Amino acid sequence: MKERLTAIYHTIGLPRLIIAGFLLLLLIIASGTELSVAGLLSDALVRIGQNGIYVLAMVPSIQAGVGLNFGLPVGVICGIVGALVAMEFNLIGFTGLLTALLLAIPLAVGAGFLYALLLNRVAGQEMMVGTYVGFSVVAGMCIFWLLAPFRNPAMIWPVGGVGLRTTLTLADTFGGTLNDFLQFEIFGLTVPTGLLLFYALIVTLVWLFFKTKAGVALEVVGRNPRFAAASGLSLTKYRTLGIIMSTVLAAIGYVTYAQSFGFVQLYNGPLMTAFPAVAGVLIGGASTREAKVSHAILGVILFQTLLTVAMPVTNQLIEGNISEIARVIVSNGMILYALTRATGGEQA
Amino acid sequence: MNQIKRLISRNAVPILFGVVCLVGVYFAKMPGQFILMEIVKRMARNSFLVLSLIIPVAAGMGLNFGIVLGALAGQIALILATHWEWGGIGGLLATALLATPLAVLFGYLAGILLNKAKGREMITGMVMGFFANGVYQFIFLFLVGTVIPFDNPKLRISTSPGLRNTIDLYRLKGALDGIWEVRYGFTKFPMVTFIVIAVLALAIWAFFRTKLGQEFRAVGQDRHIAAVAGINVDRNRKLAIIFSTVLAAWGQLIFLQNIGTLNTYNSHEQVGTFAIAALLIGGATVTKATIAQALMGTFLFHLLFVVSPTAGQAIFGSAQVGEYFRVFVAYGIIAISLALHAWQTRTAAKASMEEDVSA
Repeated sequence: MKERLTAIYHTIGLPRLIIAGFLLLLLIIASGTELSVAGLLSDALVRIGQNGIYVLAMVPSIQAGVGLNFGLPVGVICGIVGALVAMEFNLIGFTGLLTALLLAIPLAVGAGFLYALLLNRVAGQEMMVGTYVGFSVVAGMCIFWLLAPFRNPAMIWPVGGVGLRTTLTLADTFGGTLNDFLQFEIFGLTVPTGLLLFYALIVTLVWLFFKTKAGVALEVVGRNPRFAAASGLSLTKYRTLGIIMSTVLAAIGYVTYAQSFGFVQLYNGPLMTAFPAVAGVLIGGASTREAKVSHAILGVILFQTLLTVAMPVTNQLIEGNISEIARVIVSNGMILYALTRATGGEQA
Repeated sequence: MNQIKRLISRNAVPILFGVVCLVGVYFAKMPGQFILMEIVKRMARNSFLVLSLIIPVAAGMGLNFGIVLGALAGQIALILATHWEWGGIGGLLATALLATPLAVLFGYLAGILLNKAKGREMITGMVMGFFANGVYQFIFLFLVGTVIPFDNPKLRISTSPGLRNTIDLYRLKGALDGIWEVRYGFTKFPMVTFIVIAVLALAIWAFFRTKLGQEFRAVGQDRHIAAVAGINVDRNRKLAIIFSTVLAAWGQLIFLQNIGTLNTYNSHEQVGTFAIAALLIGGATVTKATIAQALMGTFLFHLLFVVSPTAGQAIFGSAQVGEYFRVFVAYGIIAISLALHAWQTRTAAKASMEEDVSA
């Protein structure tokens, strides 16, 4: 019995036990106040589905040996372009959602390929270069949003303004399409079935990929590049594949996020998308050199539930919006912890 | 002829930006007097911060994105100085004195952290800046007024916890700039501020001629060889970061006494990015940065900042385009420099490996 408990302890790991314990404590406190625990958990479910694919996008890049993909905005921008085109033509419901996805994915493959060309040349410094490539792409696209040839009056500034608005609502097009699909309520808990099913589908696809020959090869390349090269695997090829996958997942993640959130935020909106995603996968138990699909799932559940539950509960105790600050401290603290942990090789 | 070629290829980045700036100046059609006024103001404001980046580069720790910590130390001291109503140059010096031990402490902690992340100092420094920002906000937005008793109507709104979003620094505004100003047309040259910057530049130059400065250089060139030569690598790296953090704290004080208001929660956010972009535009790299590059870069970067909205208006019919363009330039130049540096290091490593094999 004791051995089994220690085995469980080692697989879950101390940080996750602490966070889970803290979550439990918060929920107990919440049940003592007038807050609805079911309502809190409903919100958490939405947030998990909304952010899950972003966190999942970290897995292929870490497994391919590229490290945490701080260049997530590269893919996110592709998702935004897809969503905008669907909105421009007033495509409603699933038509809009699928159009956005079908446009975003090939764009992300292209962008991911170019991004990989760069990252393969800067091996060892991928994270830092990725961060600033992500920032540059977001800043450069700000100019594009101003000059882009969108004509739908719901999207551009009314008289006098130039370019797309800062925040666009999806309420009239495909906002909530996945969330509302087969949505049901149980014990006051609202379940966004479509959203969770879609997340599960993507998770399964990624998990299946790692069972294929290409998936295993990609892992070998990331785990032991010398051995991989010696056994005839092309490092460049599999690293490129990992980066493209990560970028495509970011694009899909954006479309999913936007339909659930209900708005498209342009300009500096996508600037910091990478950080909560990076923190999520690390909280789930990944390191800069190893990540499993299960880490991404566990991470997004713990991190997003923590953020959703912590805000209203702490608001009962102290005034003001502490959730934003908690997010900054927890996510960056987690990233710092991962970066300063001895991992053998020198990788940035 | 060859010399000219070398000069151009060595200074490709500043020359390129010089051209971009000239195009901007041409299209913006701003009066020369106005440009001069803005540039003088911005050089006085920012040069000290940009110079604070040089020492860690020499010590091989790359661009110190962690100068945000120094800026925070400066701001904490400023908040206290405003609370105690310090004013004038005496008040500013006292504030600098108050900021120093804080900056030393922050720099020491940062040094410990960065020593655990050798080879990825920059990303760690950047995330450290974000983290420190979170802790700073937690303290001054929540704890002040709730856990920490603090009642000063100038700094707080009594109905909600935390400090005000903007704090008026009227007692310290221009404390340094205003001591001795030389007028030329509309432009006021804050002579004392420029003297302080010159003294810092000289001090950095002299520092690299001391034994400690040479040790930093040795550590920067090759950690392993330096360690074999009996240099305490970790201690030197910690010292380099402490120096940089303290200088950044003072730099932030100079910056804020010029602006005159403290945006409590975001005055410091872009400190690292903009200072680093300026340094790189001057032609510095991750491994080499000189005083001339820092000053040249500050000049070009801020010239671009001044002219780009108007130039954007003239070229694209939208000032916004120009504003986004300058942010894009700041991020883009950092991305390109980091990528080029990583690329070169890798090619060099490959070349030396092949040499080993053939030998």
